[in-house]
Amino acid sequence: MLIRKPADLRYSDVTPRGVYYNRRRFLAAGSAVLGAWALPSPLGATMKINNVVKSAYTVDEKLTPKADITSYNNYYEFGTGKDEPVRYANTLRPSPWQVQVGGLVDKPKTFDLDAFMKIAPLEERIYRHRCVEAWSIVVPWIGFPLAALLKQVEPNSKAKFVAFQTLYDPKQMPLGNRAGIELPYVEGLRLDEAMHPLTLMAVGLYGETLPNQNGAPIRLVVPWKYGFKSIKSIVKITLTDKMPPTTWNLTNAREYGFYSNVNPAVDHPRWSQATERRLGELFKRKTLPFNGYADQVASLYTGMDLRKNY
Amino acid sequence: MKALLFSPWTKRALFALCLVPACLLIARGFAGELSANPVEFIEHATGDWALRFLLITLAVTPLRKIFEQPLLTRFRRMLGLFAFFYTCVHLLMYLTFDQSFDMKAVVADVWKRPYITVGMAGFLLMTPLAVTSTAAMVRRLGPRRWQLLHRLIYFCTLAGVIHYYWLVKSDVREPLMYGGILALLMLYRVRLWVAKSGKSKPKPAVVSA
Repeated sequence: MLIRKPADLRYSDVTPRGVYYNRRRFLAAGSAVLGAWALPSPLGATMKINNVVKSAYTVDEKLTPKADITSYNNYYEFGTGKDEPVRYANTLRPSPWQVQVGGLVDKPKTFDLDAFMKIAPLEERIYRHRCVEAWSIVVPWIGFPLAALLKQVEPNSKAKFVAFQTLYDPKQMPLGNRAGIELPYVEGLRLDEAMHPLTLMAVGLYGETLPNQNGAPIRLVVPWKYGFKSIKSIVKITLTDKMPPTTWNLTNAREYGFYSNVNPAVDHPRWSQATERRLGELFKRKTLPFNGYADQVASLYTGMDLRKNY
Repeated sequence: MKALLFSPWTKRALFALCLVPACLLIARGFAGELSANPVEFIEHATGDWALRFLLITLAVTPLRKIFEQPLLTRFRRMLGLFAFFYTCVHLLMYLTFDQSFDMKAVVADVWKRPYITVGMAGFLLMTPLAVTSTAAMVRRLGPRRWQLLHRLIYFCTLAGVIHYYWLVKSDVREPLMYGGILALLMLYRVRLWVAKSGKSKPKPAVVSA
């Protein structure tokens, strides 16, 4: 057995990356709670999540390597290049965090992160994730059904839609002003889509809490819709009676609709959606209707013209 | 300065310099640093360099006039051919990995997607320029016709800028920057043409009403 001498260990070996990348803020935060017993959880660092149960909602496909999932991201608040969020999202503070859930509900509630993580048993679900830009990944998410959260706040009979909002703090997101989209980022689902058992509130991936660039600390995952529907770093969830505005639709209504279901038969006005590149593969593969979840979700849209309701 | 511009070594050094982006891509490939989506990475890098080389080529004339260094023209053909080289790699990546050489799909794509249409148009306009870039071809065409033909580069570059602009989702700063550089380079030429035509026929006197 090889025993390392203390001199062989560098500080970086025993310090979470987020801490030494954010040394100043860490020191400031540390002195702020001086005298208190608990230090804030390491900033920007991911932590292992325990007590995760395997879920039946899983696809039997090769997982995309974690390095790819965490280095190739669209998170415009941290830069519009896909290599930028991994470099710049370290300014996001995922803890402490609060999520306000309200609107047309009987029991509006604000959750802090600890309470949020305990809403329902955490499951690992392996989902396909298809970006509107025609690339895709397979991700082992950790989370619980959004339905479990909604049941806690008890939507009333007028509620028809669910609106979501991402944090927008220019101090934490200094690149937000050149995103070219209106911020804060907002998204929405029809209530029946939100209540669907596949719709996931994710708090982690690959066994750990979400990295900042993947939408820490909590995000939505709707596997049969294009990736931009799966809104990141959520601070507000509101039940409404009207179809809520959604960021990409506000940016370009002709190109991005409210539904944005993965559909190889309906192209983006500027490019084909018939095929996609699975990260790690050289050639493109065929895109599946509803991203392969048609059996579970197609019935939500019976009678609807999916060409019109793109 | 004249000796430096005339030296064959300058040309060789420039040739090597123009290959640097390609070498860097290869090096990144071996180091596994082509991102999670290497095909897209190479497509974007070669697209960027194709456009940059087109603009550099277009900058030769203004530079040689402003700095009164006619010998700079010696490098223009090479710069233009490098633009064509990076364009070809860019196009080949698309044909191979995006379309798997399915020519029916390519034709459909060119027909249906304006940004592909304009990109392909730019490539098709560039091809005759590359073919007629040799000294023998200049002689065969005659300098006047040759020059007229090679004015197509203005449209190639414009096509490149539009191709890029139509591709991005929301952050148009980079394509706009290239568009701005092209506008400056064209403005310089327009000024030259106006000055020239002003010399050949005297301007009519301005009559105030």
